[in-house]
Amino acid sequence: MKWGSLLLLLMLAWPALAIESYDFSTADGERRYNQMVRELRCPTCQNQAISDSDAPLAADLRREVHRMIEEGYSDDYILEFMVNRYGDFVHYRPPFTSQTWILWFGPLVLLVLGALAVLRIARNRHITPVEVKAQQQELPSALSPQEQARLQALLKSAPQETQQETKS
Amino acid sequence: MRKWLVFTPLAIFLGMGVFLLQGLFNDPRVLPSALINKPFPEFNLPSLYEPETRLTQDDLKGEVALLNVWATWCPTCKEEHEQLNRIGLQEGVTIYGLNYKDDPELAREWLAQYLDPYAKVIVDADGRLGLDLGVYGAPETYILDAQGVIRYRHVGEVNEKVWQNLKGLMQAIAAEGDEV
Repeated sequence: MKWGSLLLLLMLAWPALAIESYDFSTADGERRYNQMVRELRCPTCQNQAISDSDAPLAADLRREVHRMIEEGYSDDYILEFMVNRYGDFVHYRPPFTSQTWILWFGPLVLLVLGALAVLRIARNRHITPVEVKAQQQELPSALSPQEQARLQALLKSAPQETQQETKS
Repeated sequence: MRKWLVFTPLAIFLGMGVFLLQGLFNDPRVLPSALINKPFPEFNLPSLYEPETRLTQDDLKGEVALLNVWATWCPTCKEEHEQLNRIGLQEGVTIYGLNYKDDPELAREWLAQYLDPYAKVIVDADGRLGLDLGVYGAPETYILDAQGVIRYRHVGEVNEKVWQNLKGLMQAIAAEGDEV
């Protein structure tokens, strides 16, 4: 029973053992470390930050980040250290370069294009009934003369009544 | 003119489709090396056979050579070892070995068992040099020129096809070295 509970405790502790803990001389260093390891991407595991991965390489990179923070290097220096070795891939926020501008502005460009298209369509749809009538009169009619006469009669009777109502 | 405007969304869709389809055939695991055309990182590490002897980046200069990052824990390294033996022992190409995060004792046993194609083997037990090189998965194979500058990186197994490509690149690099 005693051994059983000990085993259970060990099993509970296992996930905590997967990622090592570091001691920091300053609270600020610890905060910077925690931020840094979330922003650096693990090169072997593709879509994990080095804080999330238990790959040996991610552990090495965490060790290096810890070492450099303790030695007093700035965040920019650490980032440059990583990019110089692993390329831009290692950073979750891609820098703005001639190769990455499309990543930064692509969505904005698409949004503007979409908005323009919507605006155009909306404007074309916004046609008053008078304009429709005018358009219809310009178009060659597919109706026979009799039908045309009847249509005109109908159009005259109904709307004119309402117009008179509004006038009075 | 207006009639053709109708096809704009289709054209955009096809354009994106072709672009994204291309992405399917890219291996996301192959990352460009940040060290291409940069000198080999400085190091001072023991040699595998003579632990007393220290090797440095200057030991890798002099000729166009391969540098192979390997370890006994790496299954693909075992698969490519035969090919490396052919390149190093039969074709006589200089290959430097970087024994990455490994037990030197196991590494010596491995080379005794499977033959040793390496001209020199550097022991990088804690992976610090690997980190400076941007190694993210063994095996990796680099081409170094005579000045010890990194010219190319291949990640993954070196098989016959990869070797033919590497060989061509090495010949081109050696040729440009002769011109200077």
